[in-house]
Amino acid sequence: MNLTLKIWRQAGPRHPGEMVTYKVQDISEDMSFLEMLDVLNEQLNAKGEEPIAFDSDCREGICGMCGLMISGEAHGPEKTTTCQLHMRSFSDGEVITVEPWRANAFPVIKDLVVDRGAFDRIIQAGGYISANTGSAPDAHAVPVPKPNADRAFVAAECIGCGACVAACPNASAMLFMGAKVTHLSELPQGQPERAARVVSMVDQHDHEGFGGCTNVGACSQACPKGIPQDVISTLNKDLRAALRG
Amino acid sequence: MTDTTVNAGIAHGLYTEGEPVADTKAPAGPIAGKWTQRKFDAALVNPANRRKLDVIIVGTGLAGGSAAATLGEAGYNVKVFCFQDSPRRAHSIAAQGGINAAKNYKEDGDSTYRLFYDTVKGGDYRSRETNVYRLAEVSANIIDQCVAQGVPFAREYGGLLDNRSFGGVQVSRTFYARGQTGQQLLIGAYQALERQVAAKTVKQYTRHEMLELVVADGRARGIIVRDLVTGEIETHFADAVVLASGGYGNVFFLSTNAMGSNVTASWRAHRKGAYMANPCYTQIHPTCIPVSGEHQSKLTLMSESLRNDGRIWVPKNRDDCDKDPRQIPEEDRDYYLERIYPSFGNLVPRDIASRQAKNVCDEGRGVGPVVGDFRRGVYLDFADAIARLGKDAVEAKYGNLFDMYARITGENPYEVPMRIYPAVHYVMGGLWVDYDLQSTIPGLFVTGEANFSDHGANRLGASALMQGLADGYFVLPNTIRDYLAKGPFEALADDHPAVAEARGRVEQRTARLLQIQGERSVDSFHRELGNIMWEYCGMERSEEGLLKAIDLIRGLREEFWRNVRVLGSGDTLNQSLEKAGRVADFLELGELMCIDALHRRESCGGHFRAESQTEDGEALRHDDEFLYVAAWEFSGGDGDGEMSTPVLHKEDLVYEAIELKQRSYK
Repeated sequence: MNLTLKIWRQAGPRHPGEMVTYKVQDISEDMSFLEMLDVLNEQLNAKGEEPIAFDSDCREGICGMCGLMISGEAHGPEKTTTCQLHMRSFSDGEVITVEPWRANAFPVIKDLVVDRGAFDRIIQAGGYISANTGSAPDAHAVPVPKPNADRAFVAAECIGCGACVAACPNASAMLFMGAKVTHLSELPQGQPERAARVVSMVDQHDHEGFGGCTNVGACSQACPKGIPQDVISTLNKDLRAALRG
Repeated sequence: MTDTTVNAGIAHGLYTEGEPVADTKAPAGPIAGKWTQRKFDAALVNPANRRKLDVIIVGTGLAGGSAAATLGEAGYNVKVFCFQDSPRRAHSIAAQGGINAAKNYKEDGDSTYRLFYDTVKGGDYRSRETNVYRLAEVSANIIDQCVAQGVPFAREYGGLLDNRSFGGVQVSRTFYARGQTGQQLLIGAYQALERQVAAKTVKQYTRHEMLELVVADGRARGIIVRDLVTGEIETHFADAVVLASGGYGNVFFLSTNAMGSNVTASWRAHRKGAYMANPCYTQIHPTCIPVSGEHQSKLTLMSESLRNDGRIWVPKNRDDCDKDPRQIPEEDRDYYLERIYPSFGNLVPRDIASRQAKNVCDEGRGVGPVVGDFRRGVYLDFADAIARLGKDAVEAKYGNLFDMYARITGENPYEVPMRIYPAVHYVMGGLWVDYDLQSTIPGLFVTGEANFSDHGANRLGASALMQGLADGYFVLPNTIRDYLAKGPFEALADDHPAVAEARGRVEQRTARLLQIQGERSVDSFHRELGNIMWEYCGMERSEEGLLKAIDLIRGLREEFWRNVRVLGSGDTLNQSLEKAGRVADFLELGELMCIDALHRRESCGGHFRAESQTEDGEALRHDDEFLYVAAWEFSGGDGDGEMSTPVLHKEDLVYEAIELKQRSYK
């Protein structure tokens, strides 16, 4: 298939960016979206133009490194990561726009690459259970009811890609944060730090410049791992309880 | 057939032999007491002194992330580096199946000794006994630690942990978190690491890549890194350096590794004096989604659990290979694994299943698209399982894998048989380490897939996660203190000759890559190297093929340094430049892998030499000649891409707790 691509090019964090139009020919429908960009980059390199910078690593949908806004949708038209999106989801002659995640808390580094360091800092603020190596009791010392373990797992599937932020009209990271809070709150091991954790993480979230949540649910719709929106309810409940003391 | 010719490598002047490795530094005494003894003998560092000791860790996967967190908790001053944008991206995250531990929660006869035994046997008796025993010994602690951190392992209705059996062993010792065990374990280690970042015991450097090791006065004292965002070259000093930088499967271009996985940290250390051990030992996993065309950038693995219910076959007749498989009648199908291995059938070990798939495709009986000369795929058919169990039951067991397959191939595996083909997945080889996980450079430690010691010539399923976390949480923190107790070492000045040399080398190399401005892209070189490696140093190796590969690689490397085209500049994010540096190192590693494969004139585990097989075409070991670790020393070559003849040092493998046997799966 032949496609027209309108891609965001930006030389660096302090440079202005612009959409640039490229054509690609003979694209196989078995290619992934990123392999299609690889083909374009090889063409650019051959012509002496600098290739387009974009992030990817595992290319099997689990590391969370890739993430593009494709024709206005985070990770494109399918419910998956950009690396697992294949060209058969597009049609011959289509015009596709490709942009980086847009959020104040995710500044553009170059072209389609953004800085998601804010996510690490939210985890540093409390997204963990304090258990020094060597201090753990036997794994069977505390049974975990299966429904809690299962819900913890569903929340823990978050890959930290940032699609929720990109999809949110307010660029809020509540789904990302709610997933971590829910994962740890469902487990007995997470109880001692439950109140302090949520307060500290929410503070960091606001400090990073993410927006507020208005419960529109675009985050959960865009999430390639299908993290349910109710993790945000759990976060709000934990926060309310913590602030009441 | 036994090959009795003079060793081709020596005959062709490809390597020389040096002194054997004298000592692996494991304590004396019975195997079950060695680790306790070593922990006791290792010097202690007073808590007040720990913050004066600097440790650098390169890589944030299971081995690096866990070590950084643990050393931070202990109070050392840690710096941790990764090339990704966050420590959580490291490729440990992609491991699916599970993690082994000798907990014996099922009361099915498991024990530390049995896990040790299975691992040594699975490695085809080419791993180091003392290290493997310790791995089995600490395995149970890993599960305790991960549960305490909140890793959501699968549980039974009573709230206790579930287990499954895995990888051809007869006990249920594998702990898992659906098909995302690696992800959950890595997030556990990552969160422990971020906690230490918040506590300021660890400083993390993301989007930084190690490009040189600083060795001063015989000790590893720091690293040179490039800030991948600004392009700045930075020097970081430490009292000890830990490489936890993963495996080098991407030397094959196509593999199940992440796009960024590379050998540069290890190779730079090798060039500075760290021996590289058994580099030719590569694991090729049988159940991967086949290559679909020339554009392919990586391969995706599907859990080998699929072989429990899927039947593998190809058409008996070449003429049927492009037909709809559903139209091929039963009598025209060749269920070749069931035919050749009636007792193990589709469940033979990974190395055997992979090699037989290659054989039938080489005969022209492969299926799927033609890539290169042949169709490279075999059917994995669930029609019988669906008829026997019902579609719902198959979906409940394998639904996520079927979905992944459908997404990548566009085919519905409930209707049409899946197509699979082997792909490079893991490397057992790596930097040589002693019992303390210390390399041949004092102060340089190596953990996880980057080292060589635990898996011999073939790794068992669910053992990579175990080794990464064993090294990082429990082994390294206990052994590195013995070294750190000698520090802190005298501070190095920026103009110390060793520092200036390392830094200058990085600056020159970066500048040179940008100056060449040749005709060919980095990827085109990488692809060509990958084709050479796959063809001649892949599932089957021969003297003739390996000699040819070495010639081809040398030619390609020479062309690379004259004709590669890297656009853009060095003072900004430049992904072509990053890749160019990695491919330059792969072009050197590939040659050493071929030399290692050439010198080992036996078949063992994942290393199959055409000249060393039984009458039935099975792998034939030669314990009389090759019961050793091949540790290679870099012998010089100053310029970029220059390598002189490597020196082989043998470490004899001593089996005192286990009897040597030949594997059989008929």
